[in-house]
Amino acid sequence: MARLVAIGTEKGLFLATHDGGEWEVSALHFAVKSVYAVAIDTRGGTPRILVGASSAHWGPSVAISSDLGRTWVEPDDPAIVFPEDTGAALERVWQLAPGPADRPEIVYAGTEPSALFRSEDGGRSFSLVRGLWEHPHRPTWEPGGGGQAIHTILPDPRDDGRMVVAMSTGGVYRTADRGETWTPGNAGIRAVHVPDPFPEYGQCVHKVARDGADPDRFYAQVHHGVYRSDDGAASWTSIADPLPGDFGFPIVAHPSRPGTIYNFPMIADMDRFPADHRCRVYRSRDAGASWEPLSAGLPSAPFYPSVLRDAMCVDAGDPAGVYFGAKSGEVFASLDEGDSWTRVAAHLPAVLCVRAAVI
Amino acid sequence: MGAVILLPGVLRPEAAGASRLEVAAPGTVRDVLAEVTARWPRLARRLRDERGELRRYVNLYVDGEECRRMSGLDTPVPDGAEIQIIPSVAGG
Repeated sequence: MARLVAIGTEKGLFLATHDGGEWEVSALHFAVKSVYAVAIDTRGGTPRILVGASSAHWGPSVAISSDLGRTWVEPDDPAIVFPEDTGAALERVWQLAPGPADRPEIVYAGTEPSALFRSEDGGRSFSLVRGLWEHPHRPTWEPGGGGQAIHTILPDPRDDGRMVVAMSTGGVYRTADRGETWTPGNAGIRAVHVPDPFPEYGQCVHKVARDGADPDRFYAQVHHGVYRSDDGAASWTSIADPLPGDFGFPIVAHPSRPGTIYNFPMIADMDRFPADHRCRVYRSRDAGASWEPLSAGLPSAPFYPSVLRDAMCVDAGDPAGVYFGAKSGEVFASLDEGDSWTRVAAHLPAVLCVRAAVI
Repeated sequence: MGAVILLPGVLRPEAAGASRLEVAAPGTVRDVLAEVTARWPRLARRLRDERGELRRYVNLYVDGEECRRMSGLDTPVPDGAEIQIIPSVAGG
């Protein structure tokens, strides 16, 4: 069972492969472009790698490889363009998300400024999802520290018309009608940066994951908290108490095991370092009721870099692979669901996103 | 006679490797960029966003003067002009 890990960094993309021996890391792709979004789409048989890369000078672009990175195709017409009447321009692609398993032509993109785009040709061209762009809340969404962007897109595996998206700061929004209408889903999530601690929307949600076995269960890492929803991302309860800190960026769910989730807790908003200054992933097997630190094979020396919101992922293997990359340019993998870890790469530029697949 | 665009090395792959592009003139920078969009669309979008605005770190000099210091996209491009595209110093 070979594994492919796509590593997006501040200055390019690396592809790491593992086929039973040592990890092999590719040469640099998309040099000096920041790669905030990458997807490995395995729905159509041949794996396709989709990359959202941004040049500080030459702007954003989306490129696709169907040969594991040997060649990249970027269409003459840009894949993602804001329609003229919006008056907006694409700043950056923050998320590329394959759609339903039985619809390999559907791909979603989340962008800065905050917008959702849908492709029906495998990611070669996208259309703006007007229902979210024209939402009356949009003018009041504020940029978080990283910008104002849709950073999370979670299509419902049962129903192409249902989806959850999230942004910082704006919070969680849900649709049940293919994006025509959107409802905020932030009840119970505390906001500390506005006077009302429980507003309808505007929370600084860092990342949301859908449970691998129960599509109505979600987990969220928020600026000040970790939460679970058991009602389709409508309302949330805290699962942060057993953790050593309530701050952090990523949260991911095991691809099939119910209630098994991973995150990389940091101490607090004003103390943004890994808990105890140690490199540890935390795993819960009971949907956040309890958490265990995982450190076998991870650095034992004091560890200070952050793990960003898209820099942790799982693959669909059995056992599942778990992966994360740090701003220090290190990438780690566990091929036994978190019990032990090996270093995949080091000395890369700061890692922005990591995605993995069994190929 | 027209004008000539001089491309930096990093942009030449977007124009089939050419370092010099001959375009129609007289006109304005906007006219020149419209021709670039029609003939070299991938190059054009490296220079401007979908609103038609020059990207922040793209500098475009018409006979040695950066267009933003003149009339921006309405800067005249005379017959025989030399247009240099130079990335500004930015980033880390």
